[in-house]
Amino acid sequence: MEEIRNYTMNFGPQHPAAHGVLRLILEMDGEVVVRADPHIGLLHRGTEKLAESKPFNQSIGYMDRLDYVSMMCSEHAYVRAIETLLGIRAPQRAQYIRTLFDEITRILNHLMWVGSNALDLGAMAVFLYAFREREELMDCYEAVSGARMHATYYRPGGVYRDLPAQMPQYRESPWHKGEDLKRLNQWRQGSMLDFLDAFSEDFPRKVDEYEELLTDNRIWKQRTVGIGVVSPQQARAWGMSGPMLRGSGIEWDLRKKQPYAAYADVDFDIPVGVNGDCYDRYLVRMAEMRQSNRIIRQCVEWLRRNPGPVILESHKIIPPHREAMKEDMEALIHHFKLFTEGYVVPAGECYSAVEAPKGEFGVYLISDGANKPFRVKLRAPGFAHLSSMDEIVRGHMLADVVAMIGTYDVVFGEIDR
Amino acid sequence: MSPTASMIERLQALLGGKLGGCTQQLGEVTIEVAPAEWAAVALLLRDDPELSFEELVDLCGVDYLGYGQSEWETSEQATGKGYSRGVEGAAQGRFDWDGRPREVDLPRRFAVVLHLLSLRHNRRLRVRTYCPDQGLPVVPSVTAVWPVANWFEREAFDLYGIVFDGHPDLRRILTDYGFVGHAFRKDFPLIGNVEVRYDPERQRVVYQPVSIEPRVLVPRVVREDVRYQQAAAETADAWRSN
Repeated sequence: MEEIRNYTMNFGPQHPAAHGVLRLILEMDGEVVVRADPHIGLLHRGTEKLAESKPFNQSIGYMDRLDYVSMMCSEHAYVRAIETLLGIRAPQRAQYIRTLFDEITRILNHLMWVGSNALDLGAMAVFLYAFREREELMDCYEAVSGARMHATYYRPGGVYRDLPAQMPQYRESPWHKGEDLKRLNQWRQGSMLDFLDAFSEDFPRKVDEYEELLTDNRIWKQRTVGIGVVSPQQARAWGMSGPMLRGSGIEWDLRKKQPYAAYADVDFDIPVGVNGDCYDRYLVRMAEMRQSNRIIRQCVEWLRRNPGPVILESHKIIPPHREAMKEDMEALIHHFKLFTEGYVVPAGECYSAVEAPKGEFGVYLISDGANKPFRVKLRAPGFAHLSSMDEIVRGHMLADVVAMIGTYDVVFGEIDR
Repeated sequence: MSPTASMIERLQALLGGKLGGCTQQLGEVTIEVAPAEWAAVALLLRDDPELSFEELVDLCGVDYLGYGQSEWETSEQATGKGYSRGVEGAAQGRFDWDGRPREVDLPRRFAVVLHLLSLRHNRRLRVRTYCPDQGLPVVPSVTAVWPVANWFEREAFDLYGIVFDGHPDLRRILTDYGFVGHAFRKDFPLIGNVEVRYDPERQRVVYQPVSIEPRVLVPRVVREDVRYQQAAAETADAWRSN
């Protein structure tokens, strides 16, 4: 019989289960992984260096492009860092709008995650169902900012504008007509808050649908139960956060422990796993979607009752309204200064973190008193998670590597930056 | 006593002479330690039950070259130089690979910054060390204390050229295979040095010097605003005296 030796296998960067551009060098002993060496950086754009060369506000749009399935959460961390250094705080209504959109983003992210992870492990249908609801929520993104994904909606001092009084409707077209059109526009008769109210009323039923497809599914459980077990000690040592940490039974959520925006005023629970395997992390994320839905309902309720400003009126930092610019000399000067030079941020440093859907997303900002940041360090949760790949995956079968990449919820926009 | 004050007290008691400086700004505590004490301090911070910083949230390099420098001088009187002000400067967007500043000399140029989190006490801490030699910045590795530091240190090595002594596998991580230079240093051009294109004759991708021109749209300005002067002076003092 021939001698059997370990061999090295190249996985990605062009692989449908690599979730983007992960190149994984796997040293295999038969079908068992002996060593995994992820090569990252194929999507490195030097976001941090670019941000150092631009006025503060011009980099908000880059934050969307980091984790391109949870856009507004990254924006949130960045604008909060600027606000901390400037010593300003957004109005209460803006805080609620941010909370609302952070949770919409969390649902968007988890839907994408459950869809693509199920697809990797052989379940096609979930992906199609998940994209149905993603479409509704992306319409909310579009309604407030004009962009379906890269919104640039959060600004230092608040959000760009108030929620629309009329939710945009579908027009008749060869693709949307008759009964179909009526169904699509049924929720869109009133304001965006009415739309979200109807959506969140219905959404728990949709989560039931996904759960029906997966939770008791024998193949799904065979692929995930007992796979990729992360012990609480490992989770701490590898700097894990978000569902990766909670899946291992550690009750830690920045929204509860270090509340920001309006999280201190809304009621929700932190779902926690027991075994720390892929299945528990799946359950945690599904439960999180239900909790996010709860928060959305509370925010909608509050926003209905409390009209008010959504951005500060201090025009040394926040540009004046366009209408004011046409008539008021002061407003024109402020506008000109803010868009040609930007505002100056006092010297200092701060670290601001938010509970992004994938874990703790942090921005470490150093300002030296100029109109551009001196150093921006973006702390991506996926970076820390993926670095534990070698330790977690060792001894697993090749097919489990795919399950593990899926459960990390990696997005290379944020890992490579 | 507030939790922060008790943490500072504990840090002072535990680290004693190893504690180079301890500042509190915007509700965040920053301590400084010498590179020689770096690994020992890391272990103490993790294992002391009253501190128990069991999670390393972030580790990053910082290049302090050009800190506080402005490209557009503002003074009490209006200047007569008009719109041409600010087109000359030393920012990283203004030079290319060949024109990059060499021989940049600044003591305490490179720093390594740790962000720690204690899940038990719900507290954060920032730890900073300045590399002693800016020609070859070397700092001991903390991978033995927090395994997650592995990739973060590789990143700081890749982007800033900071060498982590004792790191098991110090390779580049984010930049291309065969990349030259350390991309996030302030004397590295913003436009980079090489670009890739497909060469139809050789039928493969080739590297060539970048074809874009360096340019800066908005000059870097430090405004002398009384509201900011106090805060700025305090930070600058803290940075120099540390």
